[in-house]
Amino acid sequence: MNNQMEGMTAMAEISANLLLIAFFLYLIATICFAVSVTGRKWRDKQGDVIGNRWGTVGYVFSILGFCFSVGYFITRWIAAGHVPVSNMFEYTTFLGTTLCLAFIILYGIYRTNVLGMFTMPIVLLVIAFASVFPTELEPLIPALQSNWLKIHVTTTALGQGILSIGFAAGLIYLIRTLDFTKRNKKVFWLEFIMYSLVSLVSFIIIRYAFELLQYQATFEYVNEAGESAEMTYNMPALLGPNEGTLLTNGMMEPLISMPAWLRSDDANTVIWSLGAGLIFYFLLRLVLRKPLGGAIQPLLRGISPDTVDEVSYRAIAIGFPVFTLGGLIFAMIWAQIAWTRFWGWDPKEVWALITFLFYAAYLHLRLSRGWHGERSAWLCVIGFVIIMFNLVFVNLVIAGLHSYA
Amino acid sequence: MEKQKCECGHLNPYGTHLCESCGKPLEEKDKNATMVDMRYDGVARRSQTYNKKIVDRIWNFFSSVKIGISIIILILVTSSIGTIFPQEMYIPSNVSAAQHYENEYGIAGQVYYTLGFHNLYGSWWYMALIASLGISLIIASLDRVVPLYRVLKHQRVSRNEGFLSRQRMFGVSHSEDPEQTMTDAKQFFARKKYNVREENGSLLAEKNRFTRWGPYINHIGLIVFLTGCMLRFFPGMYVDDLVWVREGETEVIPGTDGEYFIENDEFFVDLYDENDEVFGPAMQRASGQTVETYQTNAILYQREEGGTVGAEPDLNEVKSKEIEVNHPLRFNNFSLYQSDYKVNEFNKMSLSMTDRETDESIGTIEIDLFDPQAEYDLGDGYRVVIDSYFPNFEFDDEGEPSTVSDIPDNPAFIFQMFSPEHDEDGEYSFVGIQRNEDIFNENDYQMSFEGVETKDVTGLTVRKDLTLPFLIVGGSIFMIGLVQGSYWSHRRVWIRRFDNEVWIAGHTNKHWESLKKEFRALSKETKLDVPEDKQQLKEEEDEQSNGRDDGNGRN
Ligand code: HEM
Repeated sequence: MNNQMEGMTAMAEISANLLLIAFFLYLIATICFAVSVTGRKWRDKQGDVIGNRWGTVGYVFSILGFCFSVGYFITRWIAAGHVPVSNMFEYTTFLGTTLCLAFIILYGIYRTNVLGMFTMPIVLLVIAFASVFPTELEPLIPALQSNWLKIHVTTTALGQGILSIGFAAGLIYLIRTLDFTKRNKKVFWLEFIMYSLVSLVSFIIIRYAFELLQYQATFEYVNEAGESAEMTYNMPALLGPNEGTLLTNGMMEPLISMPAWLRSDDANTVIWSLGAGLIFYFLLRLVLRKPLGGAIQPLLRGISPDTVDEVSYRAIAIGFPVFTLGGLIFAMIWAQIAWTRFWGWDPKEVWALITFLFYAAYLHLRLSRGWHGERSAWLCVIGFVIIMFNLVFVNLVIAGLHSYA
Repeated sequence: MEKQKCECGHLNPYGTHLCESCGKPLEEKDKNATMVDMRYDGVARRSQTYNKKIVDRIWNFFSSVKIGISIIILILVTSSIGTIFPQEMYIPSNVSAAQHYENEYGIAGQVYYTLGFHNLYGSWWYMALIASLGISLIIASLDRVVPLYRVLKHQRVSRNEGFLSRQRMFGVSHSEDPEQTMTDAKQFFARKKYNVREENGSLLAEKNRFTRWGPYINHIGLIVFLTGCMLRFFPGMYVDDLVWVREGETEVIPGTDGEYFIENDEFFVDLYDENDEVFGPAMQRASGQTVETYQTNAILYQREEGGTVGAEPDLNEVKSKEIEVNHPLRFNNFSLYQSDYKVNEFNKMSLSMTDRETDESIGTIEIDLFDPQAEYDLGDGYRVVIDSYFPNFEFDDEGEPSTVSDIPDNPAFIFQMFSPEHDEDGEYSFVGIQRNEDIFNENDYQMSFEGVETKDVTGLTVRKDLTLPFLIVGGSIFMIGLVQGSYWSHRRVWIRRFDNEVWIAGHTNKHWESLKKEFRALSKETKLDVPEDKQQLKEEEDEQSNGRDDGNGRN
């Protein structure tokens, strides 16, 4: 997806192309599902959608996209000589693929088109997000040269993918059932989720826009150790590095300078994304004259909240054992072999444990009355936030042993 | 307390809500309800029945799912606190922890340290939380599994009308040929791999009962696992040590009572080629070297039986292995892991004694930095005596020369040089790395640095962990139970004939939509109507009474 093709081997090039094709297939699938859900004329009086082939077409495209993703994965494996899940680009792309697989499984059980309308765009977003990270093939340090590591990472990603479907279904449930005519906390938080998604989209758009413009501004700055170092920004610097001086001519001077302990280029990217997200969000609201959730709600009329609730529960019931196996058990086996101890309270490990505990709590809450439906849907959202926190924040910010960046 | 007799003749334990055999509601509350509580089939659970004695209170406390969830959430929240700042084990060991947290993280760090969060996972209260999780798991499981087992074993095919009509999914169909309908239904469920039982005009189709035991099995697995974790604190179960071995040397392996020895035949570090076709671009971007391998070629020895302790041991070679990261050497419950190294450690140093005037060399000595001789004789009346040796030299607080450690990272010597001219007291010279001073500044001779021989040192973690079998067994049981409980659902369908009426009721422990799908398929094949889902009806009514009509209702 990136224009970093020079210097790649032929196999790596094939791999990149397969991923690109998969991306477009997912895009087509998204469109099909959207048409199947929103196209009014296929609806009978009961609001059930009948005689509508668009969903099936979307499903076929999802499966095709998945096949191409697998093709990408295998060819990249051949090119690198190791399973491609060892840096942020590879891991995140793989997560998108597992998300698609999880969708294929759950659609197979429940045949809900609306799930496709929500999941496929998330797959697209995740893959686009992945290609923001450097895509070159990287050599493996000794600790990562282990089959158990590969088994651990792939299974964990699969578990996270399936659990994320729980989030997609939970989101559908909330949009379907919340009362958007009121201004209350629930609507606020739902809109906050929508805003976060818009920010993620803005982030990807901005990244590609500045990459097309080939924006690069290099700074000399004083790093955490008090030494002079260089840092290159790919976006105009709103937040500059500690005691930074701009080395590239004609680029924007930073507005404020950050302390040394903060990765100022990452912070700068975050500010850009959140800011642009805010602008896009309010533009959308202006156009729609409604909360975003409220604007989507009418499209979801024909959907039974109970079914969506069950889809989300089912996804978590399926995903939890897979995640436990990959994220805890295989992780422990690998840690025992590579790091001499199966558990070390490294932040990444602790956050995997937290994810596990959270979903365990969710499953037990489902046993109690009053925790189905809306509350359960909110829990799915929180669970997804924990997974994303683990992926993005723990990896990039408090990176421990597993540091990918 | 006395048992309760149901009209079907079954004797139920005190506290039963629904007769264990025919399902008839036994309590007024249930009799008046439109739906009965089918959790655990309305059995008498200890926790729901007794609450007088203190034991009852404790039992009830820990068997509550609410409490269980609270414990899980507490562990979750406290665990996350431990990731705010690094734990004590990850901070540099050369400063005190108190100091480190204050210097690095200011006030927040100080608070963190004072509250003991720097060693959170080893704190007594964290352990107490884990322990209460274990207790809760045991009690909650016992409270439910025993009665549940009994009721599922005793359940009768023919169920009481009150039981059937109060199920969440219940419907009554009229049939011209109820006999045929029953046969069709029976065939349908048999084909769907249900276990079908028939009893004068009643049918019970049941599927996947085994899945009900899943949660209890996974809880047992967890308990075994937690027990395994606790065993770590018993002496002898766990060894965690580090042994440094220089190339060509043999060291005793700590924790083995002097029985095993390890020799480092060679240690090396391999780097990736920076011009590699595949990985080159990434390495050039990161502008750093990437290590491909750390490897120790090691030989394991065992002490000869019956050798005298203390004497130089006789060693038998056991095996040799290339130890790499991810490829430890294993023997006898022990594993040796490649975990640290030091390349080019000073090992031998050569110095020559020279005449300062003529620059003529008198002779060269080679000092083993780990085992220096007291005196080196150069012949013809020349000799060098080591007056003092500082393997890792520094000036101490009083300005006196001293050493930081026994490792020769920065070796320095005070030599006493004897020559025919100075054969009484000799001359003193201080020699270190980039340092050569004659102490009284009037020497005729000096020691000059000739060269140094270095060796690589490997650091191997020595690990024995006898708790692992418990963890493996516990983890496996846990996974089996988890899959068993998660990937199936326990479904039961009761059909009962009253003349031309066929009553049908269904229950599942989860995934009702899938059960409904089954009913729809059944309805296509037989003339039975699809039973109504009372819960859904109720929710839809609630939704509409909120004044919101989103067009999904059946209006
Ligand atoms: C981290 C620890 C725990 C894990 C991983 C765990 C896991 C599970 C799982 C996966 C289920 C099945 C849920 C379902 O089928 O939807 C379950 C059920 C259950 N758990 Fe736990 N559990 C834990 C701790 C506890 C604790 C502390 C209690 C104490 C109250 C408890 C009580 C129960 C009960 C009563 C059930 C329902 C059993 C049934 O369906 O008959 N669990 N647990």
